[in-house]
Amino acid sequence: MMSLNELKEMIEKELGALAFKVDSEAPNLIIINVEAPNLFEVAFKLNHMGFDHVKVVTGTDYPIEKKIELVYHVSSYTNIDLAKVIIALKIRLDKSNPKVKSLVKIWPSAEYLERETYDLVGIIFEDHPKLERLLLPSDWDQIPPLWKDFKIKTEGIDA
Amino acid sequence: MSEDKFMQVLIGPQHPGSGHMRFIVKMDGDIISEFEPDIGYVHRAVEKIAESKRYIQIVPLVERPILADTANINLGYILALERLLGIDAPPRAQYLRTLLAEINRIHSHLYGLGIHGIMIGSSTIFMWCFADREIWIELAQELTGARITYSYMIPGGVRRDLPNGFNEKLSKAIAYMEERLKDYEKIFINNPVVTARLIDVGIIKKDDAIKLGIVGPNLRASGVAYDVRKIEPYCAYPEIDFDIIVRKEGDAYSRVLVRFEEIKQSMKIVKQVVEKIPSGPIINESYLKLIPPKLREKAEQTGIWKMPAIFINLKPRKGEAISRVEAGRGEVTHYIVSDGSPNPYRFRVVTPSFRNLIAFKYTMPGHRLADIPAIYGSLDYFPPSADR
Repeated sequence: MMSLNELKEMIEKELGALAFKVDSEAPNLIIINVEAPNLFEVAFKLNHMGFDHVKVVTGTDYPIEKKIELVYHVSSYTNIDLAKVIIALKIRLDKSNPKVKSLVKIWPSAEYLERETYDLVGIIFEDHPKLERLLLPSDWDQIPPLWKDFKIKTEGIDA
Repeated sequence: MSEDKFMQVLIGPQHPGSGHMRFIVKMDGDIISEFEPDIGYVHRAVEKIAESKRYIQIVPLVERPILADTANINLGYILALERLLGIDAPPRAQYLRTLLAEINRIHSHLYGLGIHGIMIGSSTIFMWCFADREIWIELAQELTGARITYSYMIPGGVRRDLPNGFNEKLSKAIAYMEERLKDYEKIFINNPVVTARLIDVGIIKKDDAIKLGIVGPNLRASGVAYDVRKIEPYCAYPEIDFDIIVRKEGDAYSRVLVRFEEIKQSMKIVKQVVEKIPSGPIINESYLKLIPPKLREKAEQTGIWKMPAIFINLKPRKGEAISRVEAGRGEVTHYIVSDGSPNPYRFRVVTPSFRNLIAFKYTMPGHRLADIPAIYGSLDYFPPSADR
């Protein structure tokens, strides 16, 4: 049984300079901040350690800083020690050009999660096998709906 | 191979057994060569709407996509929110949460089994499951006051205490269901038509299940013993004795069997819950104080709590939290980013059906057109839950 801190230290050692900040938060979260160009390599190493699937991919818009934060929550099915922990792998992208290399080659489970994030948050995943509209209509031409500057049009008496 | 060898078949979205979704299927004769699920027809923008709602208003919002299993998705949201608020539910509330979560799991599995039945032409099992699901809906209504959308779990506890006479009704329901499951075995599980259509059909190998990130009974039917209730026990699960049902085959039939056996495990759990449930308050003491003394007295007599109005102004700390819960169809993950205001800055929910969507694309090819409903039903996929 490995403690959260031991695991955090192990990851710090494994990733070295690739990660600029590793934090842990009780009861089960390890947050790894990386620079966008290092994401693919970090993901490769994490997969090698036994983090075998992606649970969540989230894009969050920060309009004041003009950034979009992209988070992959990954964990393990095969290794019971690692399964108890969730890794949040974070990068920040420029909102004007939110492009990053897709992680589907490393984690096939990210396919639809990345596609949804492209659809709703507008992040472009290079090398993704099918980067097309998923939940939105195929002729959608407005800004990504999960950006903060996208306002929901109200109906009825508020309109 | 020339292109004209293939034919494109579009199934749905007008619900001819496809659910509120469309399949774009490339056929080579009778064999599926490519399969692309096209979803989003029932997308409700839950994540976007949540950003404009107060935390407590999101409770009914998250329930809408998963109607067969509202308790578990509600629970996941509340666990994430409680992590941000730094608050915990008292032991009795933890047991009550477990009770409703398991009643809902039985409901969800009966729903899945029934729908799968009708998809492969067994209307009897569909009628039976939907009739017997009623018993569990009634029990949930007894406990929460609502049939489907309970909004039972609130930050720091639950809304209602166990009503009088609940245990008798529960034991009656369990005794009835145990007998009924034997009938199910005769007419569906061991039915030669069912086994012929499901055994060795739609196999997801263990490695593929892991790689694709499949969840829930579909994952366990492929030989992976992953269940959040054991990996990261929440609520009363650490004190409850139950087994994870795992099978090695990974075919459509084993997925049915896993769900079928899980109904029995859930009944084992609810039995223990009502036996072991400790006495005490059902809402965290610090929230109890916010209720005016007169209302509090009334609530203590009736066991029905009204949420204090101050709940509308709940302000979690700045930061983020993630929670996972084993819902009927599999793991549901909630991720909340808070900026310290009364609305979440970003709310993310990934449902089991969305995680299982990928299984369609990679499991269907190589099968015959007639296998689509057999495999689809076995995945217990629910379009509104995937679209959110």
